[in-house]
Amino acid sequence: MEPVLAIVVGVLFAAAIYLILRRSLVKLVIGLILLSNAANLLIFTVSGFTRAAPPLVPEGLEQPVGAVADPLPQALILTAIVISFGVLAFAVVLIHRAYEVVGHDDLDQMKDTDT
Amino acid sequence: MNALVALPVVIPMIVGALSLALWRSLPAQRVLGVLGTGALLAASVWLLITVAREGVLVMHMGEWQGPFGIVLVADLLGAIMTVLGAITGFAVAVYSIGTVEESEEKFGYYPLLHLLLAGVSGAFLTGDIFNLYVWVEVLLVASFALLTLGGERAQMEGAIKYVTLNLLSSVLLLAAVGLTYGMFGSLNMADLSDKFAQTEEHGLITVIGMLFLVSFSIKAAAFPFFFWLPASYHTPHVAVSALFAGLLTKVGVYALFRFFTLLFDQDVGYTHNLLLWIAGFTMLTGVLGAAAQFEFRRILSFHIISQIGYMIMGLALFTPLAIVGGVFYIMHHIIVKANLFLVSGAAYRLCGTYELKHLGGLYRSRPVLGLLFLIPALSLAGMPPLSGFFAKFIIIRAGVEVSAWPIVIVALITGLLTLYSMVKIWAEAFWKATPDNAPAPPQASGPMWPLYTAIGGMALMTVIIGLWAHPIYELAHTAAEQMLDPAVYIEAVLGETR
Repeated sequence: MEPVLAIVVGVLFAAAIYLILRRSLVKLVIGLILLSNAANLLIFTVSGFTRAAPPLVPEGLEQPVGAVADPLPQALILTAIVISFGVLAFAVVLIHRAYEVVGHDDLDQMKDTDT
Repeated sequence: MNALVALPVVIPMIVGALSLALWRSLPAQRVLGVLGTGALLAASVWLLITVAREGVLVMHMGEWQGPFGIVLVADLLGAIMTVLGAITGFAVAVYSIGTVEESEEKFGYYPLLHLLLAGVSGAFLTGDIFNLYVWVEVLLVASFALLTLGGERAQMEGAIKYVTLNLLSSVLLLAAVGLTYGMFGSLNMADLSDKFAQTEEHGLITVIGMLFLVSFSIKAAAFPFFFWLPASYHTPHVAVSALFAGLLTKVGVYALFRFFTLLFDQDVGYTHNLLLWIAGFTMLTGVLGAAAQFEFRRILSFHIISQIGYMIMGLALFTPLAIVGGVFYIMHHIIVKANLFLVSGAAYRLCGTYELKHLGGLYRSRPVLGLLFLIPALSLAGMPPLSGFFAKFIIIRAGVEVSAWPIVIVALITGLLTLYSMVKIWAEAFWKATPDNAPAPPQASGPMWPLYTAIGGMALMTVIIGLWAHPIYELAHTAAEQMLDPAVYIEAVLGETR
């Protein structure tokens, strides 16, 4: 399972970088969305999979029996999803406003502030 | 349990929430802004004094012992950075009274300001790498909104570059955090430092280190990742520019200092050599970029980049004296750079433009402002006896001691060209007669005294750091000793569980 997901993560990163390098604003935001999902999937993959062993403590015991799945990566991913959702919502509003103000969705038309 | 460590994070959060509650009353928000940042400053100074007296302070969130729970750690570096953040926040809050437009205040300027300060303090004080990512996102979201407050075309264009590159850097940070956790099963910095020291897999650690390096270099605007900074920093309101100039890139620099002293010091020959190259190029490109500019805030923006180079040089040389120089440089730079932006805002208030070609005659009409510009400007260029002289002196001395001649020469040339830029601003904006094509000064919208208070206070601090450099040097020296001996940090965080 890990090799498959590793390849998926790689493809997601590559696609995201490709989209970010395009001139279109909309593709830029889609690239950012893919990028944050790629990172989340990376955390999930890199911390390893444990099949059918939920981290639960059986009744009457102090600690779980045998090897159990690590719940922390999922907590990290959940936090990262919430954060990236907020940030990307801002990014979507930003490109909409930028489109309204500039009148283009072409990044090459937005060079006024560059030096 | 030491609740004092959490105060610099909790105070701006509470004050920010209160400002939200006072959404309709702008005068109340203004007063609260000054009082809240003042309280933050008091708490940070208290924290710094306590840390200087008693050593590293640790707070285990929710009483979960490290390395399992999230810890807030205040060592001297973290405490110093928190105080600097609070100083900048306080100065900007005072300055804002006289400058920020009501239309911007109405859209939540003050709550965002406090949120940003909470994020900055949190990033300086956390002892957990994932928590660092969260604080960085908190301050980024606040900075996104502050940057676009006003909604002008230039702001939108700048914001798109700023948002894209900063999100990219955050994703790289998150990926690096995930990889670290996957390999070593810990997120606690002290625990990781311990584990890195014991493992044999130095190659893998260096790879992760490079990922962190790229991520923090984007945040710190180091070469070759600095392009977002000069594209965006001159677009928002000047109070926001000053806050960003003082604090945001320094979060990246702080993170580099923290990670490349505490965690990634196994393969110094590779990592710190790379940092040295980055430092040299950052200095040169920044200062050359500034030389080509004729807009007040763009010149200053490029100088942020070149100054970042000096700080990274201090880290890269990695001798005790060089680290002292790096810490000293950060202290000097935050105060001076924020102040220069504040001066540019005052010039804008008086003349209605940031273009040096259209500015002029300011020394004749406002000699005090001229003097208040000269202090930080000459300090930035490294004139004795101001703070910048000692900062540069320590770092260059450290370079000479290890015979790193190329970087020393680059640093000296950069200092000279910095002087050139500052003299250019002085000659154009202050010294020459008012040009014929000068725009009409804008209608005064608020009192001038908050501007002078903030600028004067920061200038006074620059002079004090210069004239009483010894105690500041001692402080930086102790901070550097702590940084170069990770055992102190590890002992403080994990002492009870080991």
